[in-house]
Amino acid sequence: MARIGVFVCHCGTNIGGVVDVARVLEAAKEMPQVVFVDDNKYTCSEPGQASVRDAIVENQLDKVVIGSCSPRMHERTFRNTVASAGLNPYMLEIANLREHCSWVHGHDKERATDKAIELIRMAVAKVNRHEALFPKEAGITKRALVIGGGVAGSQAALDIANAGYEVVLVEREPTIGGRMAQLDKTFPTLDCSACILAPKMVDVGQHPNITLRTYAEVQKVSGFVGNFEVEILQKAKKVDHTKCTGCGTCWEKCPEKVDAEFDLGLGKRTAIYIPFPQAVPPKPVVDVDHCRYIKYVKFMEEGGEGKAPPQCRICEKMCPSQAIDWSQEDEIITEKFGAIVVATGFKTFDHSVYEEFGGGRYPDVISSLQLERLMNASGPTGGEVVRPSDGAHPKTVVFISCVGSRDRHKQRSYCSKVCCMYMAKHAIMLKEHDPDVQCYIFYIDIRAGGKDFDEFAVRAQEEYGALYLRGRVSKIYPEGKKLIVLGEDSLMGRPVEIPADLVVLATGIEPSDGAAELAQTLNISYDTHHFFVEAHVKLRPVETQMDGILLAGCCIGPRDIPESVAQGSAAASKVTDLFSQESLITDPMVAAIDPAKCSGCLLCVELCPFNAIEPGTTRDGRTIAVVNESLCKGCGLCTAGCRCGAANLRGFTQQQLLAEVASLWQ
Amino acid sequence: METVYSYYPGCTQLSSAKEYDVSARLVCEKLGIELRELPDWTCCGASAAHTLDETLSVVVPARNLVIAEKEGLPLATACAMCFSRLKIAAHELGDAEKLDQFKEITGKDFGNSVEIVHLLQALDSEEVSYPVERPLQGLKVACYYGCLLTRPRETVGFDDEENPHKMDSLMAALGAEAVDWAFKTECCGASLPFSRPDIVVKLAHRILRNAKQAGADCVAVACPMCHSNLDTTQDDMKKTYGDDFELPILYFTQLVGLALGYSSHELGLEKHFVDPRPMLKSKELG
Repeated sequence: MARIGVFVCHCGTNIGGVVDVARVLEAAKEMPQVVFVDDNKYTCSEPGQASVRDAIVENQLDKVVIGSCSPRMHERTFRNTVASAGLNPYMLEIANLREHCSWVHGHDKERATDKAIELIRMAVAKVNRHEALFPKEAGITKRALVIGGGVAGSQAALDIANAGYEVVLVEREPTIGGRMAQLDKTFPTLDCSACILAPKMVDVGQHPNITLRTYAEVQKVSGFVGNFEVEILQKAKKVDHTKCTGCGTCWEKCPEKVDAEFDLGLGKRTAIYIPFPQAVPPKPVVDVDHCRYIKYVKFMEEGGEGKAPPQCRICEKMCPSQAIDWSQEDEIITEKFGAIVVATGFKTFDHSVYEEFGGGRYPDVISSLQLERLMNASGPTGGEVVRPSDGAHPKTVVFISCVGSRDRHKQRSYCSKVCCMYMAKHAIMLKEHDPDVQCYIFYIDIRAGGKDFDEFAVRAQEEYGALYLRGRVSKIYPEGKKLIVLGEDSLMGRPVEIPADLVVLATGIEPSDGAAELAQTLNISYDTHHFFVEAHVKLRPVETQMDGILLAGCCIGPRDIPESVAQGSAAASKVTDLFSQESLITDPMVAAIDPAKCSGCLLCVELCPFNAIEPGTTRDGRTIAVVNESLCKGCGLCTAGCRCGAANLRGFTQQQLLAEVASLWQ
Repeated sequence: METVYSYYPGCTQLSSAKEYDVSARLVCEKLGIELRELPDWTCCGASAAHTLDETLSVVVPARNLVIAEKEGLPLATACAMCFSRLKIAAHELGDAEKLDQFKEITGKDFGNSVEIVHLLQALDSEEVSYPVERPLQGLKVACYYGCLLTRPRETVGFDDEENPHKMDSLMAALGAEAVDWAFKTECCGASLPFSRPDIVVKLAHRILRNAKQAGADCVAVACPMCHSNLDTTQDDMKKTYGDDFELPILYFTQLVGLALGYSSHELGLEKHFVDPRPMLKSKELG
């Protein structure tokens, strides 16, 4: 026979002001197995908890019901209270008399009290069937994987490495640096982007705790927090980086020219290349899709007809360190990690879907990131801002905001956050490059919410003569050498026609290619735009629903550099929190499958959203389902779906829930 | 593709755009497409109705849809404005309340099941094969769709509204070259020639200037209003802007007709203000 104690909290007047606590206690006294009842003004307070503790000890209670606020508030508090009295902390059931009762039925005290009594009755019936639960321990592999070597990923990797743990940073491109490496200057300080980023990049490359794997991608992830197993595809670089000194002879001599991805099509690179001068590692890779020798090899292997293409191999011949290694092949490397930080960043919106802006066919209508490349000294024009069509210096430059943002017709309703600031930056920088330039900025709003941001935007207007026109552009068409921009100045209430030399579109932020596929590999959530979803938008901004997998930077949504850096550090601190523990304590309120009842239909395996159930075998070779308690989140889907009644969620067993329901008919 | 349509000519086909109607009928005849004029058809309401009253703008064209429904054939029209008004009426009557209201006003039973197409859709080069007798080799055509043919997207649902290509593809199928230009769907001034001719001249001038810059020998249109605004204002353009474009404006059906072997006279080319015949002769196209 259980000895149940019922404690009803007044919660000041929150509960007591609506519910007749005395009447509830009277009713509770009569409930089965209840041997003690009491009320408290504030049960969560020190004296409140002490009175519960003393009552448990003095009355030899073995199960406790507390009628109080939501368990989301004080479940942990009251479990500790119960534990401190010597009971298993799971011998507790909380009846929510506040959020589920007094707060929503404040107008009808009589019936609110009736309901409170029912809630207590249900809690008593449930707790009567509670069993002691014991958390388990799992080991932790204290190595971290960071996916993405932009500024967010680099920061995360550095912080974790500085805390003394091993980090592997996997980056898809031949170099780390991400989007920030493509920028010329950063707002609002107008710091040179490469100058502030390069030291971080070099630190990453040289840190003894960081293994940098560039030109590599994550292919497969299995396991759970503290115990991930990851397959990494290391693409063949065809260059032995242990021999290569980065002297640059090979890429100077390579005859094959390819559109440079780093310069967004405005310039060329060679087939053996580093993407930009400050690349880390500062050693090249061979682009096997464009290398002449590889083409020759393929031609010979496939027994092609006609004249063979040239063998080339100039890089190999010229390399003073004999670092070219054609024998390298792609390889899969399997490693174990305890935590994963995802920092895969963003790409910019492809503006060619806006036919009214030329559909990508006008060379002098460019994106903001392309303008950054033109302004950058290591860009395709050596820092000269010139028109792609004829190399002339533009004198009239028109900017259009929100291209691929705030536009539901292009399925991009969101704001990309950084564009208002970078347009102001561009207006300032263009004027610095050429004092004769006149910039026009077509805007909807000016979003400048950060520190010194608004002052920066105002400066662009007051000190740099940028003319802000509030309105949209309906059309751009070429006329002679000019681009006629037809727009609206809505504050003056009239149409505006500007013959521009250059038009710069503020293209929006979207997740990098392959984001959805990576999310599926990691089993994390992503939204309609393929941004990764945080565990809680406000309170857990760098975590995912999957324990041990963290997020940082623009892969979550549009944000600027300080935010991305902060999130890199935040994600790192979550990792070091985890790694600072000896072992993982797992929540015991997880599903359990009774092998005696399990028929091995494996429906639960499919139902489980967390991949926490796997097929297993009994000793006599029968297939059953087995729960991985470290992965189980206690959602109860398997319990609801199991046709044999074999699956049961501890703490919310079928028997406990049925007892709750049955109690209402007493 | 259908070979029989109910045909809704619209008012201009009988008067100022007679050559559009004539060329359309000739072309369809040769392609084996039958156009059966809708019995007792009346005005589509055009801009007059929709600027006055919303209900009126639906009831007036929908009256014709009731007749078309009885005929049981898809309804084809040559004028972009008629097409737009008919389509919008059908779209509005998709709302049950408005349909009931319509039935009450007209006293007619209507299921709103008519398929409405523009002649450009009926003659889609992907669906219809063209026995070209006189390929329009060397002819550069600026295809002008005007504002109504492709907008609003949800109602009309035909081609891309910023950079359409159906007419361009048709010209290519006839052996002509459709130039890439920027004013395919820009407004020509619509019904403003009576109240604000200066605006029409300004807009039309901008359109033709871009067509000329793109290297066009002529402009193909699919709407009598567009035709009128681009064809009849070229003298005024010369007076106001000093530009003498001499750019012939042709109905796309006339170009199809030329390719199918009809003569300039049969297709009514002499009716245009800017005579296309010298240009066509210089290209040995009739």
